[in-house]
Amino acid sequence: MIIIDCPYCGPRDHAEFTYVGDAARTRPAEDASQATWFDYVYLRDNPRGPHLEYWQHSSGCRAMVKVLRDTSSHRVLACGLPADQLEAEQLEAGHLEAGQ
Amino acid sequence: MSAQDRRLPQGGEVDRSTPMRFRFDDRDYQGLAGDTLASALLANDVRLVGRSFKYHRPRGIFSAGPEEPNALVELRTGARIEPNTRATTIELYDGLEAASQHRWPSLRWDVGEVNNLVSDFLPAGFYYKTFMGWPGWMFWEHFIRKAAGMGRGTLDPDPDSYDKMNAHCDVLVIGGGPAGLSAALVAGRSGARVILVEETDGFGGRLRGERETIDDKPARHWVASTLAELDGMGDVTLLRRTTAFGRYDGNVVAALERRADHLAEPPEHISRQRLWTIRARRIVLAAGGIERHIAFADNDRPGVMLAGAARTYLNRFAVQVGKIATVFANNDDGYRTALDLAAGGVEINAIVDPREHGGTWRQKAETAGIDVFAGAVVSRAHGRLGLVGVDVRDASGKNRFLASDLLAVSGGWNPNVHLTCHLGAKPVWDNALATFLPGDTGPDMRVAGSARGLAGLGTCITDGYAQARAALDDLGYSKSALPDVPVTDEPQEEPVQALWQVPGKGMRFVDYQDDVKVSDIALANREGYQSVEHLKRYTTLGMGTDQGKTANVIGLAVLAEERGLPIDKVGTTTFRPPYTPVTFGAFVGRETGLHYQPLRRSAMHDWHVANGATFVNAGHWLRPQYYLRDGESDVKADIDRAITREVTETRGGGGIVDVSTLGKIDLQGPDTAELLNRLYINGWKTLAVGKARYGLMLREDGHVWDDGTTSRLGENHYFMTTTTANAGPVMSHIEYALQVLWPDLDVKAVSVTEHWAAMAIAGPKSREALAAVLDDVDVSNDALPFMGVVECTLAGIPARVFRISFSGELAYEINVAADCGEAAWEHVMRTGAPLGILPYGTEAMGIMRIEKGHVAGPELDGRTTPADLGLGRMVSSKKPFLGAPMLTREGLTDTDRPSLVGLVPVDGKSRPRAGAVLIADPKAVPPVDKLGHVTSSAYLSPNLDHPIALGLLEGGMAREGETVWAAFPLRDEMIEVRVTGPVFLDPDGERMHG
Amino acid sequence: MSEYSVLRLIANTITGHANWRRAWRDPEPRKSYDVIIVGGGGHGLATAFYLAKNHRVGSIAVLEKGWLGGGNTGRNTTIVRSNYMLEGHAHFYEKSLQLWEQLSRELNYNVMFSQRGVLNLGHSDAQMDGFARRGNSMRLNGIDAELLDRDQVRRRIPYLDFSDSARFPIYGGILQPRGGTARHDAVAWGLARGADRLGVDIIQNCEVTGFKTQGNQITAIETTRGEIGCGKVGFAVAGNTTQLTSKLGLKMPIESHVLQAFVTEPVKPLIDSVVTFGASHFYISQSDKGGLVLGGDLDFYNSYAQRGNMPTIEHVMAAGQAMIPGLSRMRILRHWGGVMDMSMDGSPIIGTSPIDNLYLNCGWCYGGFKATPGSGWVFAHTIANGEPHPINAKLTLDRFERGKLIDEGGKGPFPGHH
Repeated sequence: MIIIDCPYCGPRDHAEFTYVGDAARTRPAEDASQATWFDYVYLRDNPRGPHLEYWQHSSGCRAMVKVLRDTSSHRVLACGLPADQLEAEQLEAGHLEAGQ
Repeated sequence: MSAQDRRLPQGGEVDRSTPMRFRFDDRDYQGLAGDTLASALLANDVRLVGRSFKYHRPRGIFSAGPEEPNALVELRTGARIEPNTRATTIELYDGLEAASQHRWPSLRWDVGEVNNLVSDFLPAGFYYKTFMGWPGWMFWEHFIRKAAGMGRGTLDPDPDSYDKMNAHCDVLVIGGGPAGLSAALVAGRSGARVILVEETDGFGGRLRGERETIDDKPARHWVASTLAELDGMGDVTLLRRTTAFGRYDGNVVAALERRADHLAEPPEHISRQRLWTIRARRIVLAAGGIERHIAFADNDRPGVMLAGAARTYLNRFAVQVGKIATVFANNDDGYRTALDLAAGGVEINAIVDPREHGGTWRQKAETAGIDVFAGAVVSRAHGRLGLVGVDVRDASGKNRFLASDLLAVSGGWNPNVHLTCHLGAKPVWDNALATFLPGDTGPDMRVAGSARGLAGLGTCITDGYAQARAALDDLGYSKSALPDVPVTDEPQEEPVQALWQVPGKGMRFVDYQDDVKVSDIALANREGYQSVEHLKRYTTLGMGTDQGKTANVIGLAVLAEERGLPIDKVGTTTFRPPYTPVTFGAFVGRETGLHYQPLRRSAMHDWHVANGATFVNAGHWLRPQYYLRDGESDVKADIDRAITREVTETRGGGGIVDVSTLGKIDLQGPDTAELLNRLYINGWKTLAVGKARYGLMLREDGHVWDDGTTSRLGENHYFMTTTTANAGPVMSHIEYALQVLWPDLDVKAVSVTEHWAAMAIAGPKSREALAAVLDDVDVSNDALPFMGVVECTLAGIPARVFRISFSGELAYEINVAADCGEAAWEHVMRTGAPLGILPYGTEAMGIMRIEKGHVAGPELDGRTTPADLGLGRMVSSKKPFLGAPMLTREGLTDTDRPSLVGLVPVDGKSRPRAGAVLIADPKAVPPVDKLGHVTSSAYLSPNLDHPIALGLLEGGMAREGETVWAAFPLRDEMIEVRVTGPVFLDPDGERMHG
Repeated sequence: MSEYSVLRLIANTITGHANWRRAWRDPEPRKSYDVIIVGGGGHGLATAFYLAKNHRVGSIAVLEKGWLGGGNTGRNTTIVRSNYMLEGHAHFYEKSLQLWEQLSRELNYNVMFSQRGVLNLGHSDAQMDGFARRGNSMRLNGIDAELLDRDQVRRRIPYLDFSDSARFPIYGGILQPRGGTARHDAVAWGLARGADRLGVDIIQNCEVTGFKTQGNQITAIETTRGEIGCGKVGFAVAGNTTQLTSKLGLKMPIESHVLQAFVTEPVKPLIDSVVTFGASHFYISQSDKGGLVLGGDLDFYNSYAQRGNMPTIEHVMAAGQAMIPGLSRMRILRHWGGVMDMSMDGSPIIGTSPIDNLYLNCGWCYGGFKATPGSGWVFAHTIANGEPHPINAKLTLDRFERGKLIDEGGKGPFPGHH
């Protein structure tokens, strides 16, 4: 069981949540190029290690919780709301360069 | 009924005042309360209990615990039969019935033993090298499957029930032996919330099978007093007969509590088993150790037993498993066995110890008059159906025969590291202890006692204290005094001397259950299956129901010897959950039958039931499919008549349908129109208060996702409906949009699907009916025009009325609070009855929407675009919306994409079925070019008097008037159909606008 | 005489099985190879085998970071079928099934391909209509399929839940009689032996750590066993695909998810075909050894850990028991997880890449096992010729950008939903 610390409800089993997906992506401007949109809709970093992702507390408060989770150990490193800058959030960003 | 010849008159934990009858292979026996099936069989001198998997070798009881590879039986009978059940873990109950398995016609005379005679032809992996030619694998497989398998299972419904428990604790202690009890004691005294799980029916662990003392009293006194103290603590939960079988992420441990497996059947209202999901802040694993054996020739004879098990049977069950015993051990624990057995009246003819030098234990044995053969090994066991003696080879290589009916073997002890492996940690080889120790378990799990390779009772108890204390320190519990260090009598032990196999001819078994021999491992190595995982998979080492608890380490060591490498260079062995097999039923709990998934019923459900509805699953919902009248039954002719009636009478007069299942979302806030504008492909800024509009939603990838109407109830108040299937996903999608994509939008969204009961009245008389139903509301075309919305009351019930139409008729949808749904429906039926308003179900609704060419689930299949569905004109070019950027990709704009058409049979009567594939040439041979497919079909349009269908066809409406073929080769049907427009009825919409 | 046969078995028995050759060599990596396949699972080994057998490409190596067959090849539920509807991959899967039908003989290694039939159950009219479209498409493609009604299903598999308390009653099913199961490890071993006998170097314990590139070419592969020069390079590493492509700066339409699999204790034959539930994800068959082999849904979160969690286990078991109530007393013996390369339309990618000499074979979601020989066959063709074979021509990487999706489930770009 992955334990996710919902900012509103506190730590809860992941069974209460619905996995939404990659939270490192930013929706492009409406007039962005087709290539930018394609990247957003279809391409993923898919890191092994820290991964920024959204989980909706669907059986709870319905909040979209931003979670930094290690995809190889399932350890949750940080949780917050979508607007929050999570501690260690940059861990994911570095994965391409680090070859991780 | 045979006497318990091997039972001692006193001692042990068994209750001599409570005899229990049991049956094994059609013979009746007697055992005692406190027995396991294994101890009871041994007490009755039953030595042959099973047959091995591959060679059908006769086998006896080998262990006294869950590691048992041999003594597997079919327990119980009928629908409760449990194959492959370990006799060593079944608690005896009065009337127990068990049978040996995997033999024919009997355990003693098993035809399958012929495999043993030709075993040289059947080495590891022989089946990969054969059975490839005539008559083919499928032929041979039939026989191989029958020969394989083990016990006979059943797929009859299970008469028992199962439950689930969820628990939280500070410290979970796994294992109720000395280390576990002491850890629980320290944790409990600190005030922490503690759960202690113990696999067997009582606490004490190995102490139950020992004669040791603590503080100069029998160890059971220490166990009892510790248990009494734990029992008195409020925050300590003691779980007996509970196996912690798996460790999962988040420091969750799953455990199986067997509540009634020690009884003939579960008492009324008690579940058979319970699955515990335990979320622990810290885990102390005190799972003890498992003894291993040594591979020598014919080491599988019934009567060859793990030394610790022989001791357990004597001390705990008061059973002498032999009269004359030889002990073969490479460690000092074997001496304890020899001394205990001797004290229990068993004659020990020798301790065979490959170590030249001994210490205190050897002196004790010699003082007791036991011969010790130092530097010697047992090289062979004799006796096909029961041990008659062993060959002992001394240091000079000379063999001598010892007559014995018990060989107690100890090749050393393996810490029970199973649960340390489940999250990926690999055990680490320790050369001094000649065993694998737990790998890095992380800070959340600590391992205590012999589970981490410690020896000695006092050491294990104090380690339990220490590990618990360390866990408590992590959690911030204040330090308290540790319990006193107990006084134990433990002679100094000399180190173990690794001995995995004794060279020699004959079958030397490593893994008993699957008949994996030393020679199989050598063969695998020669053939290149050298990775430990290849070895396991090629030879099936450790793949049996015991997961190789006694075999894996020996197998690995033999491989290392074959390769000439140290063990840690060859690899490591790991374990997958569960620790011991777990029933399906326990994982499922109460989610069986109708309770497998939730069942959703509309507020009007009871009315539908009372009025002849047949229901259909729509996701979790039950919806009326059609209504049968008195005299009609669920046969095709009656069903067709009912559906035709519902369509005809709705189109001719009026009908009412329950549409409560549609998703409903209440949207409020000043930016709602902007949100809708971004979610839907069409524009929303111009929608006036009191009006509804049809909308189409795409996924971000440009494909159609959902449709529905949204109404503007107030300046900043909108009400959205979705399809039944997408109610949840669309709601989540809006929440994602508002919380993540566009947090600047000031909109609040709430799902109100369950809040509103909804019904649609359709047909030419619907206005008249509506007027009668509502309380003083002007429902004229001017006051409530097409797509108009009004809030009003109905028999005093607040209601919303939407003039929208799915059927293509003049139609109104009425929403009332769900609590009032049934009353409102009944009011409508009562009031509408004089006008002939009748209920209709999803079938009639489906026909009417096909007649109108309205798209639904089969057309919204996740692969279509708005243009494919003939809704391309809805796509706004004036605003951005979700899915727009990806909608312009070439693959989504190709002109040859299949698009929506109507289809009618050329012969006017054949029915093109949904799922038929549209092709040009009915005579073409595969592979045939496909032009599209039939998405939805009505067996008959009562209004047109012939079958109709919708389809997606390459070229779409450009083919209007052409004919193509609806091919349904699955039924050998080929129907010529003419392409028409998708709207079969009232193309100008005069009915619904009227 | 073939290396493996009954006669050989007898002959070797007489000599104490001392003379069996190694199934594959354990070579030291050479300085360079003309073609290097990264990934020693079924797909990588099949690619090497068919490259060596069907094409002239020079020297070939397979690099495997652990032990061959240790990824998803050895972690799946062994189901083989070709019951696909969409043109983009239907013919590919059928080719694969045809290769399965001759694989044991082709490899002279018994992979125990058992055509016991694969039956999908339907629980609503809409689902049956969907099956009909799929089955009709299959038949029009020359692939076997049969539509069964409730009674026909019942006659074949009476122990399914036909009672009144079934939450999702069975309406019928679609059967592919030629579908079935195979012995997964044997597939890897047989292919490895076959490739080895054709001169392919299979190099285990050789993890790729980086790439040397020049222009738009990979010139060498850096590994834990040294640098190895390369002509062409093919990736067949399933869930680890983006681990490699990210080293080359390529972003992929793939997420890695964990899928769990389960096996029960062995019992005498109970279940004679492959059956899948239609009201949830669940599939079951019985291995020749007797264990019931089963699986279900993903855990639904990105994962590189080869293990799952309890909620999914409970969910899978509940689905299984909803389909076959009598499973209740059967006991789960082991469970484990594999890392799936979930693509954005649920279909695989086999073809060229933006890098000149790199070829990709990935996106198998959780259906890679059945594709093993076909995947190797077309991937070998693609690498050898520098362009796809007609039957994998639509399984390109650029189909996402072009909108030419092959979305059998209609789920869209949500990899966890396929």
